[in-house]
Amino acid sequence: MSKPFPFSAIVGQDEMKHALMVAAVDPSVGGVLVFGDRGTGKSTAVRALAALLPPISARPDCPYNSAAGDAVPGRDADAKEPRPVKIPTPVVDLPLGATEDRVVGTLDLERALATGEKRFEPGLLARANRGFLYIDEVNLLEDHLVDLLLDVAASGENVVEREGLSVRHPARFVLVGSGNPEEGELRPQLLDRFGLSVEIGSPSEIADRVEVIRRRDRFDRDPDGFLADWEEEEVTAQKRIVSARKALAKVETPDTAIEAAARLCQAIGSDGLRGELTLIRTARAAAALDRRRKVKVSDIARMAAPALRHRLRRDPLDETGSTARIARAVTEVLGV
Amino acid sequence: MSAAPDRWELAATAAAALAVNPEGLGGLVLRARPGPARDAFLDVVHALVDRSVSRLPGGLDPAALTAGLDLGETLRTGREVRTKGLMARLSDTIALVPMAERMNGGTAALLAAGLDAGDAPAPILLDESAEPDEAVPEALADRLAIALSLDGLAVGDVGRQPYGPDDMPRARARLEAGIDDGAALETLTKICASFGIGSLRGPLLALRLARALAALDGVGVIGEEQITKATLLCLAPRATVLPTAEEQSEEAAPPPPEETPDEQERRSSETGPLEDRVLEAIAATLPDLGLTGGRQRGAAKSSGAGDRRKSASHGRPVRSRPGKPDGKRLDIFATLLTAAPWQPLRRRAAAGREGLIVVPDDFRIRQYDQPSESVLIFLVDASGSQAAARMAEAKGAVELMLAEAYRRREKVALIAFRGQGAELILPPTRSLLQAKRRLAVLPGGGPTPLATALVAGRELAVQVRRRGATPYLVALTDGRGNIGLDGEPGRAQATEDQTQAARAIAAEGITAALIDTANRPQADAQTLARAMAARYMPLPRADARGISKIVRASVAA
Repeated sequence: MSKPFPFSAIVGQDEMKHALMVAAVDPSVGGVLVFGDRGTGKSTAVRALAALLPPISARPDCPYNSAAGDAVPGRDADAKEPRPVKIPTPVVDLPLGATEDRVVGTLDLERALATGEKRFEPGLLARANRGFLYIDEVNLLEDHLVDLLLDVAASGENVVEREGLSVRHPARFVLVGSGNPEEGELRPQLLDRFGLSVEIGSPSEIADRVEVIRRRDRFDRDPDGFLADWEEEEVTAQKRIVSARKALAKVETPDTAIEAAARLCQAIGSDGLRGELTLIRTARAAAALDRRRKVKVSDIARMAAPALRHRLRRDPLDETGSTARIARAVTEVLGV
Repeated sequence: MSAAPDRWELAATAAAALAVNPEGLGGLVLRARPGPARDAFLDVVHALVDRSVSRLPGGLDPAALTAGLDLGETLRTGREVRTKGLMARLSDTIALVPMAERMNGGTAALLAAGLDAGDAPAPILLDESAEPDEAVPEALADRLAIALSLDGLAVGDVGRQPYGPDDMPRARARLEAGIDDGAALETLTKICASFGIGSLRGPLLALRLARALAALDGVGVIGEEQITKATLLCLAPRATVLPTAEEQSEEAAPPPPEETPDEQERRSSETGPLEDRVLEAIAATLPDLGLTGGRQRGAAKSSGAGDRRKSASHGRPVRSRPGKPDGKRLDIFATLLTAAPWQPLRRRAAAGREGLIVVPDDFRIRQYDQPSESVLIFLVDASGSQAAARMAEAKGAVELMLAEAYRRREKVALIAFRGQGAELILPPTRSLLQAKRRLAVLPGGGPTPLATALVAGRELAVQVRRRGATPYLVALTDGRGNIGLDGEPGRAQATEDQTQAARAIAAEGITAALIDTANRPQADAQTLARAMAARYMPLPRADARGISKIVRASVAA
């Protein structure tokens, strides 16, 4: 497997990079939805971010990438803990044609045939535990699969009741879905369940585009040299995420910020409370990334677009961009 | 050497470039019907590549690509035996993919992911599509550097091969040693901008292609000639807009003039930015090369046949049930599961038999849940008489129906007719926003080619049905066509033609509705609706909401 492109070397796409970092700092914000054209670096960014994160400590050869102390199927709770090993943060691709079996896991056929024993064979959700699950063209995926993925992503646990099996295992991952809105839209009830959504396009400036290609080409020809050049920036970015993760629990959210979030959500008429909750969580992660211990109203303003733009109640035929509507509301309500 | 090589020579050059650097270029999309020209092209590929050429059927089950169960071995030994996936086994070959336009979306996604990771074969997608809207899956095509069409090339056109097998090792060595890009990167990026290519894979692949071409030509620096060829082979097929449209139509109108090399020399040595010279050099050849028609991408066409197949037409597998696999697909997994618990008993009964014992009662066959997708096809009369009277109301009614379609996850298509013909302004899509945009800018005026519109509507409906979806035809018109199928004005002929066309719709058994948009409901539209076996209703005044209900009621029936 070839090495991924360095995260810091991605030209532009700041909103997407920031949203992914926020999700990496606090996976509980829910998945990230990236809408944009082909060839704009969506999958590159996800892979790059995973490579940037520090390796995780896991039990050796565990199909669930489980950490010591986690309860996973087929493991006796009283058994002696093996020596943990360091593994890279997993990134699992969910191919479009994937069946439910492959995703949630199913009966281990080998065991069933050889010994008649029922045993669970983990699927892609298990492999994505503690990492990223990337779905390209999520808008073309069967609705029932998207539903299932969002459920697991939100609960952090995969519950399997099929083929006479009854199994549950940890599946905490950052769900990243990408798609091209021209090819079909995601149902609103699914949209709402993604934590963040960003819209990206390819850079319009010729100079930027040339720079993107130049870097990519240099990387393809000489990956080691290129990675060495970016090493320093990668280390800085990694430290930023790691320290933000540690600091997250200590970040205060003053009432002014909560109130600002509530007023904003009311002004744009987002349904339910998911909007507010996500907005506050992401603002907290954003503050932590900026090495602050307190959420400011400006954090709320900054995260408003990615946290809310897919939650607007909208007429399917209304053409006003959601981003513009949020920007207007931010100016009116928060005065920033 | 001329700046615009002939089509065969260009194709042979593309084959050579692919042979020089298959990993870097990803692969090739070849639009061609089976025939001598295609055979000749593939012969060139065979002769030049330094690896074996494998075959990968387009309709392949995605499961076969990845590591999976080896059934024969599993049954023989009674324990699970896994095989390496087809993709990994073929990864150092060039894979021919016949009928690539039928490729399953999952298969395409796996291959695309394999190409990204560098462990997939370099595919040559043989696009044999007959329908203009059939195309190879975009996600895969975007990762392949070269697209070319051999449509219309005959045996006589097959000519000399610019590069032979002996040139290959040298070219590979040159590429290995490094090629100076010169101004290639900036130029190709600018050309992408004027072609409206958003994806950054375009310029990156074009750059690699230009390098391979330079290596073939034995030059150390990429020059104008390589940039021109890379543009033709890699960028022009990705174009979403044609640069300098007015200049284009001028050049395209007469058959491209045969330019002598001298003339071209003169043209290309004119001063001006390199990208303009390249664009100018290929402007005349674009239509001639048949490149623009075959695989134009972008917003307008992005809801092609590919994504439709991804979900609905295969359906999702649901519970397997007992049964004989007569032509149906055996669910091997479920069959083995059924057989598993009986093994100890059966082994005892059939002493001495090795391995797994499966009896016919264990067979499980796979069932697919195939939600039938509906496509609402709107035929919108945009002629003068309509425009004057009730165009806005008709648009309003269509919009309401669009909103309803969105709720029901149906697809919509729009055909507008006015002037001399009918135009498919929106191929079946689920993107409502697009439908609304196209509808909003729909101009009105001109005579009424109703017959042509009905023919177009029927053709689209038949296409939709062939793909396993259910078409519904909704015509909004006053029924007073005045242009015949031949494009000539004349009410008598027009009326006869449209009645014929309407009967053909009825004969196909397509569910249809006709909404009479005349100011006063008249006999014309009613007669037409009868011929079409369509439900007839007059457009209610100032109550477009009513229409949506009525159409619903009739198409649901």
